[in-house]
Amino acid sequence: MTANELNAFEDEINAFVGREVCPPTPAKDDVNTAMIRQWTEIIGDTNPAYTNEAWAAKSTRGKSIAPPAMMYVWGQEGFAVTTGRPADAQADLVSLFNKHGYTGVLGTNVKQEYFKEVSPNDNVVMEMVIDNISERKTTGRGPGYFFETLSTFTNQHGEKIGTQRFKVLKFIPQEQPAAPAAEDTLQVPTRIASPRGHDNKWWWDACDAGKVLIQRCKSCQTLRHPPRPMCGECQSMEWDSIESTLDGEVLSHTELHHPKIPGYQYPLVCAVIRLGEGTNIVSNVVGCDPSAVHIGMQVKGKVEQVDEKTMLPQFYPASSGIRS
Amino acid sequence: MSDHKTLGCAEISVGDKLPSLDIDITTGLVVCGALATRDFEPVHHDKTSAVATGLPDVFMNILTSQGLMTRFATDWSGPEAVVKSLDLRLGAPNVPGMVMTMTGAVTAVDPGTGVVEVEVLGENNIWGMHMQGSVELALPKEA
Repeated sequence: MTANELNAFEDEINAFVGREVCPPTPAKDDVNTAMIRQWTEIIGDTNPAYTNEAWAAKSTRGKSIAPPAMMYVWGQEGFAVTTGRPADAQADLVSLFNKHGYTGVLGTNVKQEYFKEVSPNDNVVMEMVIDNISERKTTGRGPGYFFETLSTFTNQHGEKIGTQRFKVLKFIPQEQPAAPAAEDTLQVPTRIASPRGHDNKWWWDACDAGKVLIQRCKSCQTLRHPPRPMCGECQSMEWDSIESTLDGEVLSHTELHHPKIPGYQYPLVCAVIRLGEGTNIVSNVVGCDPSAVHIGMQVKGKVEQVDEKTMLPQFYPASSGIRS
Repeated sequence: MSDHKTLGCAEISVGDKLPSLDIDITTGLVVCGALATRDFEPVHHDKTSAVATGLPDVFMNILTSQGLMTRFATDWSGPEAVVKSLDLRLGAPNVPGMVMTMTGAVTAVDPGTGVVEVEVLGENNIWGMHMQGSVELALPKEA
């Protein structure tokens, strides 16, 4: 898209700002106890203000109310949406975005404000406009625009009961991973698979068998980790290995908070551990509160299955008495 | 909430934690939540439609998430609390088989108006943050 084309496109979308999506429309049904009961049962909300008439009559309000989060429910179109939504300004805006490649859609924020509660037999009237459209943004999903609808709710007396702002990102989808296959069980993510090349496959294979090995130079006996073909001391390429007892000491540590990586359990402490044999290994400290981990802490490792596919050494406080 | 007690604004301080709440995300909750909020978008009740969008199964609609967030806040505050606002940032979908844990803490107390603000996080055990935001509640000044 040239700069001129982009300007023309942005003029076209910005012309939607302020346009009405739906004129003030009374809900097909008044606020009613049947829909409130169904909602509270499913949400698991036992608030007596919604469903306990006897309590509500004696409460400050003097009557029951509808759950405030139902404000948008009363004006919903209904089952007809299964076969498509009616044409309106929002649908026109969406199809304009789609035509220019912004086919991705993601609801990002929804904010409701409540000014007045409603009770059974009230009627909720809703109107909606397109309130604003952002500049073109670069997002994690791809380049796109945020647009926000503003819905205003009034009751049958014309009193304003609340508003809803709903923000949607329309974006040009970037290459996404293939859709997961339809399976009956949810796939639990696993850790990133270990890279198994010519020089380190043997180490991971031993780990799968429950052992942590340390490479040893056959010529000068120097230990080294991670695995590599040549001794850094004497340049010999002859080597064998010894098995670590996994007695270690924490040299350095950090706690990972954000972003949470799929497949890892949190809290997640990563540490550099000096093994009794003298080499260092990066691993996790588990089995204690993250705040208890400290430099100099004595730890004991154990090779464990950390997810469906992965065996890894995990280090526990030595004081816990765990055995490798 | 069997005793239907309502917290008074005077008893609340910034930093107070709300009791955490675990929600089992079942197909029943996703589908019935969508229908109870009159949200008949096929992705919330028809697995084939949901899979076509790249997700493994039907997923929770926003109105159900909004409902769970207000429930979480008023379970703690008690029934005389008046919900003033509900502000959600949306994250990863809630899909059957997951468990969403809701946690929250008080971030503001205005003794003049009795309005308290509670920050809420709903995180599922597979994909992390499902929703994050705040609820404002007007409380009686005294319990």
